[in-house]
Amino acid sequence: MSDGGAELLSLLATALAASTPLVYAAVGETLTERAGVINLSAEGAMMLSAMVGFAAALSTGSVLAGFAAAAATGALVALVVAIGGIYLGRSQIAVGFVLAMLCADLSSVLGGPYVRVPGPTVSAASIPVLRDVPLVGPLLFQSDPVVYGSYVLVAGAWLFLYRTRAGLLLRAVGEQPAAAHARGAHVTRVRTAATLVGGALVGIAGAAYSLDFKAGWSHRHTAGYGWIALAIVIFGGFHPVRAALGAYLFGVLSSAASLGQSALPSVPTQVFSVAPFALMIAVLGLTSSGLLERASALLPSAARRPLLRAFDATPPAALGKPYPADDGAEERPRGVDRSAEERLRGVGHGAEEPPRGMDQRAR
Amino acid sequence: MSSDPAARRSATAARRGAVSLLLRLAPLALAFALVAGLCALLGASPAAVAAGLWQGAFGSTDRAARVLATLAPLLLCGSGLLFTFRAGLYHLGVEGQFVLGAVCATGAARALWPHLPAGAVVALCVGAGALGGVLWGALTGALHTRVRVSEIFAGLGMNFVAQGLVLYLVFGPWKRPGVASMAGTEPLDGALWLSTLGGTDLSPVALLLGVLSLLGTAVVLGRTHLGLRLRAVGLSPPAAEVLGVLAARQVLLAFAVSGALAGVAGALQVLGTFHRLIPSVSSSLGFLSLLVVMLAGRRAALVAPIALFFSALNVGSLELPMTLGMESSLAGVLQGALVLFALLSPRAARGGGRSEVA
Repeated sequence: MSDGGAELLSLLATALAASTPLVYAAVGETLTERAGVINLSAEGAMMLSAMVGFAAALSTGSVLAGFAAAAATGALVALVVAIGGIYLGRSQIAVGFVLAMLCADLSSVLGGPYVRVPGPTVSAASIPVLRDVPLVGPLLFQSDPVVYGSYVLVAGAWLFLYRTRAGLLLRAVGEQPAAAHARGAHVTRVRTAATLVGGALVGIAGAAYSLDFKAGWSHRHTAGYGWIALAIVIFGGFHPVRAALGAYLFGVLSSAASLGQSALPSVPTQVFSVAPFALMIAVLGLTSSGLLERASALLPSAARRPLLRAFDATPPAALGKPYPADDGAEERPRGVDRSAEERLRGVGHGAEEPPRGMDQRAR
Repeated sequence: MSSDPAARRSATAARRGAVSLLLRLAPLALAFALVAGLCALLGASPAAVAAGLWQGAFGSTDRAARVLATLAPLLLCGSGLLFTFRAGLYHLGVEGQFVLGAVCATGAARALWPHLPAGAVVALCVGAGALGGVLWGALTGALHTRVRVSEIFAGLGMNFVAQGLVLYLVFGPWKRPGVASMAGTEPLDGALWLSTLGGTDLSPVALLLGVLSLLGTAVVLGRTHLGLRLRAVGLSPPAAEVLGVLAARQVLLAFAVSGALAGVAGALQVLGTFHRLIPSVSSSLGFLSLLVVMLAGRRAALVAPIALFFSALNVGSLELPMTLGMESSLAGVLQGALVLFALLSPRAARGGGRSEVA
């Protein structure tokens, strides 16, 4: 293989490593949000799980125990979001944001003894047969189990959401909780389960960071990754496969930053870390302002529909809304609340829009 | 027991008052207990930690002055957040507005000094900071009202873009001659530094601006038509529209005011505290002010004491690593736990709505 090819391959391998924790976190958060719950705590939860996972792996000598402890930590943080946001009907945004701050500080307080201590890491293991496939093999299948697990997760999340009854139920609860309830679904229970599973995956993302991608622990080790995961969920249009693609795009961008540095020495590498947010805002701006729809009217309809679908970032209709709907006793600032935004645009306008049905998603 | 019905009623009212006070204090007690348990777990006596925090915050004039110096940006950002909360918005973009205020103040200082007298440059820097914050706030607001991006993600996104801008400037065009580093830009000329009280960190001008902004906010929100309009939008945008209040305009206005105040805070941090632009110029004070306003239940009167307490915790905790070998982040854990338990407490669900908009 030529030098350039080898360089590109190593760049992509770095990108894959950087993306893997994000894939876990973004897919986990996607599951939670599809059920209608925003878990804004990801930044802190991932940091705390990374610390706990590293500490557990160090003291038991088992990487697996580290991952289990991290998953439990993430689920525990999510449990607080579930209690506050689902059962007590508090603002999910408020509870999640406070937890994000609290857990980040907690990771510093508890993680003091583990700062820059060498510890166990996930060992590499290539997959026989697949590793010998030209191009794809060396890139995707000469890595470690954490990376392979992320492939399984993305495929599994897609299968679950779009090919199982339970996945349909989860999406129904996120879009039309009242209708799902009328069909016999236990909305609160489904939402709690989705929040806990999503939280556990954010926890695994933390361990994937501290036991694999950048093994070890230092203060605020995973800083920024949780927020980026939340951005990628939107960028990915609340779809697990697109979220994973968003994570890989981020990985490529951040590892290309080192190449960009030699090409554009005046731009510091750190600037590239804001790229996912700029992209997220751009995608949201394109889709929600209707600009993309208007621009795509120029295209033939065969090209138009896939384009619109690829950039669709419509959140689940009931995202961030308590269920059963609050009786007005509690003041509740708006979260990611589509109907509130519709109200902002004018009374009665929202009703003219066709409701986005479940079948459209399920195809 | 008196048989007089009036006396009995007042006794019942007193008992109900006591119960509600207990309910209000219970989450705070729980948070303190949690942190005390955490200290014990880490092998430090909670009493020693409390004493250390007190010593760190008020042990000397210098430290007490630093507490008041940190209070100023918290009051400014907190005042702005009262506006956005009143309009029913979760405004996480305050951090980015703070940063942009710092950027614009630094830019103004670089452009204007030494062409104008120092006093004028300082005033223009503060003005530029406010403008920068307004720009960032209006952008966030426009993303929310025009492009329909949730204000939470619009704000968070703008925070990161602001952070990227600072990094670009500090490592790019504004880097110190020769070396670019996280230590920031070349320090401002001494003539532009805000004067401080007797060799301490406390700039009386900054603190005065903070106090005035909170007082002004309380008056505007409580006594003016603007306050009423914002409240109408916060309670119900469609109802406000029916009554002739354009919700989108009020939302933009709330974002702009919040941006202006956060921008001034950022400018003051550059002029009074760091004397240069550094990547961590906000020191997360914007996020901390969000916690302050959440704990205060959006009541202006409670913002001042809580901001003072949080500021004392922040400054006092710097002492912990030196004397007790504990992480200074313990202050953040206590602050977060206080807000979390207050949020989850039963009181927040009952009378909360009415008292918070009163």
